[in-house]
Amino acid sequence: MKNTLRKGRVATACLALVSVSVLSACGSSDDDKKTEAVEKVGKTEGKVSILAWPGYVEDGSNDPAVDWVSAFEKDTGCEVTSKVYGTSDEALNLAKSGEYDVIAASGDLSLRLIASNEAQEINTDLVPNYANVYDFLKDTEWNSVDGKNYGVPHGYGANLLMFNKKNFAEAPTSWGAVFEKDQLAANKGKVTAYDSPIYIADAALYLMKTQPDLGIENPYALDQDQLDAAVALLKEQRQYVGEYWSDYLKEVQAFETGDSVVGTTWQVIKNSIENPDVDVTLPTEGATAWNDTWMLSSQAKNPNCAYKWMDYILSPEANAQATEYFGEAPNSPEACAQTTDPKHCETFHAGDEEYAKQLWFWRTPIEKCLDGRTDVQCTNYAQWTEAWTEIKG
Amino acid sequence: MSVTSTSPSDTRPGRTTDPALRGPVARPGSRLLHRMVWLRLSLLLSAPLAWMVLVYVVALAALLITSLWSVDSLSSEIDRSWTLDNFRTLLESEVYRNVTLRTLGVAAAVTVVDVAIALPIAFYMAKVASPRARRMLVVAVLTPLWASYLVKVFSWRVVLSEGGLAEWTGLGSPGYGLTAVVITQAYIWLPYVILPIFAALERVPDSLLEAAGDLGAPTGMVLRSVVLPLLVPGIVAGAIFSFSLTMGDYITVNIVGGASQMLGNLVFINAGAANNLPLAAAIAMIPIVVMLVLLSAIRRTGALDNL
Repeated sequence: MKNTLRKGRVATACLALVSVSVLSACGSSDDDKKTEAVEKVGKTEGKVSILAWPGYVEDGSNDPAVDWVSAFEKDTGCEVTSKVYGTSDEALNLAKSGEYDVIAASGDLSLRLIASNEAQEINTDLVPNYANVYDFLKDTEWNSVDGKNYGVPHGYGANLLMFNKKNFAEAPTSWGAVFEKDQLAANKGKVTAYDSPIYIADAALYLMKTQPDLGIENPYALDQDQLDAAVALLKEQRQYVGEYWSDYLKEVQAFETGDSVVGTTWQVIKNSIENPDVDVTLPTEGATAWNDTWMLSSQAKNPNCAYKWMDYILSPEANAQATEYFGEAPNSPEACAQTTDPKHCETFHAGDEEYAKQLWFWRTPIEKCLDGRTDVQCTNYAQWTEAWTEIKG
Repeated sequence: MSVTSTSPSDTRPGRTTDPALRGPVARPGSRLLHRMVWLRLSLLLSAPLAWMVLVYVVALAALLITSLWSVDSLSSEIDRSWTLDNFRTLLESEVYRNVTLRTLGVAAAVTVVDVAIALPIAFYMAKVASPRARRMLVVAVLTPLWASYLVKVFSWRVVLSEGGLAEWTGLGSPGYGLTAVVITQAYIWLPYVILPIFAALERVPDSLLEAAGDLGAPTGMVLRSVVLPLLVPGIVAGAIFSFSLTMGDYITVNIVGGASQMLGNLVFINAGAANNLPLAAAIAMIPIVVMLVLLSAIRRTGALDNL
């Protein structure tokens, strides 16, 4: 009996070893990834699968009045399946599964997709509507590498400050409402913040304006000292935070009931909140922001329908609907002409390069400082992730 | 049927009178199996053992191996060279210690709350209620298991929210945070605690209680020195359920936990968001180690012998 057991143990160990080596052997194959651009768009496959921020791919199932996907499906015969994600980190993980043909990526995600060979170069000649797009959105640092374009621009917008008027005598105009102790004290336990390491940049932006002696030039290029200062600010804020949000529905509900009264948000979240006391503002310090591009997966199974989708969503009609619904600046003057609110582009300063310079578009922090400093090493995203875990405690 | 029976209707294997079926081939086979104990045993056990090995051992081994890898920060590609960095991070960084302690605390609190609620309910079900009422109560205890976990947790989010049901009761709402997590988890795992205790109580013969009463023991003493010792295996089983389930959960914390995080959240963030699968694997080893320590400690007390 003893003998049997021992033999069983050896067999078990062998089996475990075999399976582990099998596990490590597969999983790393890059064979099915295609990163070069295609020459022409072929016959459509009849379906396309899209990974995007909430509000980018609306087919009327959330709100019958909000639907631009059905028109695309009718025109091209490509049936759309889509998945929404809450943070760029989550999107990277989902994109790696290879189940999505097109991905709407913000600046903090796009370079990571390119670096991990998840993105395919885009032949912009095959996307006729690319011609309309504002020039300053094309070939940006976060969608092109080595002169190759990996993303066609969708729109851009800011991470705004949302607050409940009832809890403020005067509407706040500064990020101090979520970073200054005396202003936080009144709303203890009802402050909210975006649950992602990239939120560290919001604190860095505030420090950049309020503590110039720290020498922050770019909230995504922080050396260790600057990161420590931002982390300290966020740890202080942590004592007043009721909850962090990454699921936008959670924030909608929290502001509806009054469980959260002040914090970062997107315009689309404000648009979903029925409570009339909830308002948003772009603080005087400026804001972090996103600049999104549509990227093609290197593992795309339906590249032709994917090209059709990218061209469609860049078209003035579709882009106007999608960006107006989300609450961000569209990608072209033609799209601005198509918005239902004639002032939409004015409100979001679409095409205003000077305004866009006030916004700090999400980037992936890397060791080589993004602000051009060469005398120090900057902190990378992994360090930001670790810091974020530590801040939340 | 007696062994000497020669009835032709006897069709037990090996006993059939049809020579074709008794064939000479079957004999050496069974003789071999009879002689080779290990062969018989391994043939019998191979299927379930293979399943166990695949599901548990291989999965755990893969987890352990993964936790020894690291990740490239920009591309998030996994670097398959072996390093103990992840475990060093877990040991050195204060935050992981705090989260582990918090998780253990919440799991312990949920277990205490659940056992305290489950004991009287299970006692009533097993010893006081009529057979008809007992059936109804078992159904009532089981019913919440039919509803989706998410529906139940989101209901608690609404109940605990500002102006929610909890406030209407006049007791006030604890708001989102660890208290809310304990309440919600205690609600969700309660059936898993009631049922084993109920099963253990049902096995306690009524005559034992009557005998104790006849010998003059007051109710408290009967409960303490007769019922409770017999209940320990049931309580331990229920406690293991609620403790381990709470320790591994992250959804409830996400929904009603406010700004707090538990081990499950750290695993989720690192696996689902930060793409640091190796660190997630290392963190996932913590509850496994805790459960192993706990189970071996419980085994030493002998509480598991009767399960």
